[in-house]
Amino acid sequence: MANNKKQIRIALRNCGFINPENIGDYIARSGYAALASVLGANNPQNSIDVIKKSGLRGRGGGGFPTGLKWEIASKNHADQKYVVCNADEGDPGAFMDRSILEGDPHSVLEAMAINGFCIGATKGLIYIRAEYPLAIERLLIAINQAEEISVLGNNIMNTGFDFNIELRYGAGAFVCGEETALIHSMEGGRGEPTFKPPFPAQEGYLKKPTNVNNVETFANIPAIILKGWEWFSSIGTEKSKGTKVFALAGKVNNVGLIEVPMGITLREVIYEIGNGIVNDKNFKAVQTGGPSGGCLTEKFLDTPIDYDNLIAAGSMMGSGGMIVMDEDDCMVSVAKFYLDFTVEESCGKCAPCRIGNKRLFELLEKITEGKGTMEDLDHLKNLSKVTKDTALCGLGQTSPNPVLSTIDNFWNEYLAHVVDKKCPAGQCKALKCYIIDTEQCIGCTVCARACPVGAIKGEKKTPHEISQEICIKCGACMEKCKFNAISIK
Amino acid sequence: MEKIKSLADLKKKREELQTSSQLLSQSESIQVRVAMATCSIASGAKQVLEVIVSECNKRSIPVSVTQTGCMGYCYAEPTVEVTKPGHEPVVFGYITPLKAEELVTKYFVGNEMLEGVIPVNYEKVEL
Amino acid sequence: MEKIKLIIDNREVSVPKSTTILKAAREIGIDIPTLCYFELEGLNIHNKPGGCRICVVEVEGRRNLAPACVTECLEGMVVKTNSIRVLNSRRTVLELILSDHPADCLVCAKSGNCELQNLAVRFGVREIPFQGEQSCYKVEVSPSIVRDMNKCVMCRRCETVCNDFQTVGALSAIERGFASVVSTAFNQKLSYSNCTFCGQCVAVCPVGALVEVDHTPKIIRAIADEKKTVVVQVAPAVRVALGEEFGMKPGSIVTGKLTAALKALGFNYVFDTDWSADLTIMEEGTELIDRITKFLKGDKEVKLPLLTSCCPAWVNFFEYHFPELKEIPSTAKSPQQMFGAIAKNYFADKIGIKREDMIVVSVMPCLAKKYECAREEFKTNGNPDVDYSISTRELAALIKQANIDFNSLENVAFDSPLGESSGAAVIFGTTGGVIEAAVRTAYEVITKKPLPKIDFTELRGLEGVRAATIDVDGLKLNIGIAHGLSNARKLLNEIKEGKSQFHAIEVMACPGGCIDGGGQPLHHGNSDIIKARWEAIYEADRNMPIRKSHENPSILAIYKEFLGEPCGHKSHELLHTHYFDKAKVIEIKLD
Repeated sequence: MANNKKQIRIALRNCGFINPENIGDYIARSGYAALASVLGANNPQNSIDVIKKSGLRGRGGGGFPTGLKWEIASKNHADQKYVVCNADEGDPGAFMDRSILEGDPHSVLEAMAINGFCIGATKGLIYIRAEYPLAIERLLIAINQAEEISVLGNNIMNTGFDFNIELRYGAGAFVCGEETALIHSMEGGRGEPTFKPPFPAQEGYLKKPTNVNNVETFANIPAIILKGWEWFSSIGTEKSKGTKVFALAGKVNNVGLIEVPMGITLREVIYEIGNGIVNDKNFKAVQTGGPSGGCLTEKFLDTPIDYDNLIAAGSMMGSGGMIVMDEDDCMVSVAKFYLDFTVEESCGKCAPCRIGNKRLFELLEKITEGKGTMEDLDHLKNLSKVTKDTALCGLGQTSPNPVLSTIDNFWNEYLAHVVDKKCPAGQCKALKCYIIDTEQCIGCTVCARACPVGAIKGEKKTPHEISQEICIKCGACMEKCKFNAISIK
Repeated sequence: MEKIKSLADLKKKREELQTSSQLLSQSESIQVRVAMATCSIASGAKQVLEVIVSECNKRSIPVSVTQTGCMGYCYAEPTVEVTKPGHEPVVFGYITPLKAEELVTKYFVGNEMLEGVIPVNYEKVEL
Repeated sequence: MEKIKLIIDNREVSVPKSTTILKAAREIGIDIPTLCYFELEGLNIHNKPGGCRICVVEVEGRRNLAPACVTECLEGMVVKTNSIRVLNSRRTVLELILSDHPADCLVCAKSGNCELQNLAVRFGVREIPFQGEQSCYKVEVSPSIVRDMNKCVMCRRCETVCNDFQTVGALSAIERGFASVVSTAFNQKLSYSNCTFCGQCVAVCPVGALVEVDHTPKIIRAIADEKKTVVVQVAPAVRVALGEEFGMKPGSIVTGKLTAALKALGFNYVFDTDWSADLTIMEEGTELIDRITKFLKGDKEVKLPLLTSCCPAWVNFFEYHFPELKEIPSTAKSPQQMFGAIAKNYFADKIGIKREDMIVVSVMPCLAKKYECAREEFKTNGNPDVDYSISTRELAALIKQANIDFNSLENVAFDSPLGESSGAAVIFGTTGGVIEAAVRTAYEVITKKPLPKIDFTELRGLEGVRAATIDVDGLKLNIGIAHGLSNARKLLNEIKEGKSQFHAIEVMACPGGCIDGGGQPLHHGNSDIIKARWEAIYEADRNMPIRKSHENPSILAIYKEFLGEPCGHKSHELLHTHYFDKAKVIEIKLD
């Protein structure tokens, strides 16, 4: 097998090795040693500098430099500051954060305490979606065990540093992954974003300076502290350091949770780690960045994956969803799938996201039903651009990406739907045309009997015919035909 | 576990734990880790763990079975990592309760390889 | 203040630090269109969710367009407010908003006064390119307010005034995405919520989603009914605002024209709520003097501070939110209800008709008055003391549809006997006015000396909470004043905690008092209009020959002829009321 050690496990270093419910396992693998070293050095700015120099960027999707974020929060003075871990993972099909929390909860707790010490916060909050009961259970066990042996809580390891962590449960709203919305939700308010500035580092939870980082970002911290920024920054590309965890899914043979160095190519991920496309079909596209991302086509197979290259290619890193598509996937339907998601998940605060996404979805629906016009395509393009340009938060500013990137890369598929009323991938039900091959049909009448709407007519022992006006494209006839006489056109 | 009273104390504790885990690996017992993330459990990891424990008990095979987090091989869940004394760890995928029994009878006892071995495809980072 | 320079549409502008792009642009005469943005400067109402995205502008070096209403200017910023990118985006966003808005402008209460309609006109929208699902909600008619959420544009202004300014918390955004809408808790009817019907949500709604219940057809029908004697009363704040509906400049005092218009509309008697405001002072002032006298004599049971009770939204507020304090407010009815009681129990007799044959209409700056006049305790055998309350806006609509050329009307005086009033009554129309009127009377009653000066300027102003100590011949009277229920809440909490230093507190629910009531001509966020009305109120006071309630001869006459003495037996029967603990009646009803 060719998949030899393409992965480097930093954030996932303990996942699958330790018993997450036993703090001893974690400590044996140098757990809490990073916290001890930071506390021992007693120089918060130095530690922030290490994170800054490591080049670590936010793994939640935006890619903001983590060290800089910490520095801003550390410089805003207040009687109370907060460290928040964003565990509101919401991309469809993504489970990087859940895996880390379930497999190695202490790495996040330790990093939050390090963060707290660096910025002068004594309270940490983990905003985790309530749909992650096992992660919650293991986090609670971990917090308990850590407090019990005094690596968390008051007077950590007798250094005088206090850091207490509590959980806050999200109700499963995608938009609450946006940090201002997350904070409002934690405060008991409606989970919707507000205009930045003020940034959470200035005015966050309960109006106090708050540093919000994602689970995976935190999981990298102890490794950087212990192994040094030079080591970390030696991995990756010029502007994107370290590794990224992806939930590799879709039409690859080996779907899974992978951690790869920045700069790896899609080809390596798909064909070496993922072991190629299922049934040796042709690769069509890979979707990264979830509902905020876009589709990358064959021409990007050899592009090194990092924050900036993905954006240049019309997609984005996102939180780590990676869905591989083959020739059987209809790209208009893919765009529609993601829009359906964002329509559901928009908070409704700003007009472009509340109404714009809805209209985008409706346009795509019209197109996949074969009712689209060229004018609709113009509206689709304009509305996508305007929504991106005018929406309030990251959700709305990126929600048209799946549309824009499929328009850019698969314009012909859109044209086929609109002009020829055909779905090249044969996915759009309304555009399917079931045809009986008169050469093959022996007139056995099985299909006519199977048809629930009586769309198939014909005399016994003579070739049958499907009335396209009546046909509801259910496919029952094709399933029943023993002579392969029915095909989709 | 006792309270950790100082930074040096943590180091001491770590060394103790490492020593005891080394001792465990040098012992006669087989080390088994069953991936038990939500998705693993959903695909049957709990039953697999139970079968391994009961089959080993039946045959009085010295074994230490622990749960662990996601190993990353979603396509092959449930997955089990087995470290036999003096052997490199081997990860087995696609373990059904039936296959778990086979794993015990064939690999644990007889050292016979099963299908579904997952090659190590990542670089480990030791802190 | 540190100044910064920036360039907007190729013009340099210098503004204080932390000025928004919107305001900086307005400085140089560039009017960036807005929809959700709303600010009543000086009155502490701010709604800047940055939600509608109509005000987006292009900022050089910025990835996406910036909302001008919340983006602060930075040194050297280069802003374009009318590039193709901006114009296309604004128009598309407007088309989106319109695509989920009923196009029933012909029959919409806000038509001609709608901020969304104005935008559509300004952008020259001729067609809406987006078809698709439209929101579908049931229209709710409460005693005061009609809620048609199909028209809601999610500007959140109502939510802001209801939560931040009033701390009533009846309205909030619910649901998500396309389904999100402003509603009550559990999507209940307003009547089942703790809404006080202050009507500020209506006053700020840019579209027709929140409007008053329209009683004008009922008024026309009542006037047309020959068997009925229709009596109308007009609140003080109406006379300083109605002119705006006819193009007059804000702050025009139109008392004489207003009376003429009501006559022209065919009301049989045109009376003045100012008359009953003077009556209120006699009752409430007497109550105040009584409580203070008892207090000074060492009575520990006496309820102080006395709280005014003229404002119906305020009465609703303490009944819902502070029922434990319901014994503290003055038991005096509001001027509207005092008028109704006198009209139907005294004046009907006087002109020899049955109360059932009399229709009492009030013209109010207020929407809560609609709810107040429908309260059960203000009815006799099911017949209300005040039959209909219409807003200043509804009166303007009546005048317009009756072909009355308001601006050229000759001044006409109020009818007698319920039309004569003092300057003390007219200041009921703004915050601090009720208590000033009470002090003018209490001073002279307590000291039996004439006031050294009539104007208590220390009680005036537009700050949310004000305090003043009045020296009543050695007796130090501590007065508190609040407008906006959030400010009232602060004073009520002090009372609850036993920390209140006041002897009397005046509360009005609306910003500035009745001058900016929920039924007044719409100001669209221009606080200069409210200030002009405020000044006009005091001007009207100065213009009055009599400026103290207890000097109103018609009031003195009715005590002599009918009521006896203030707070006497007859007064208690007709002019006083009691309050209810309504906190427990808020329940979830599924219908």
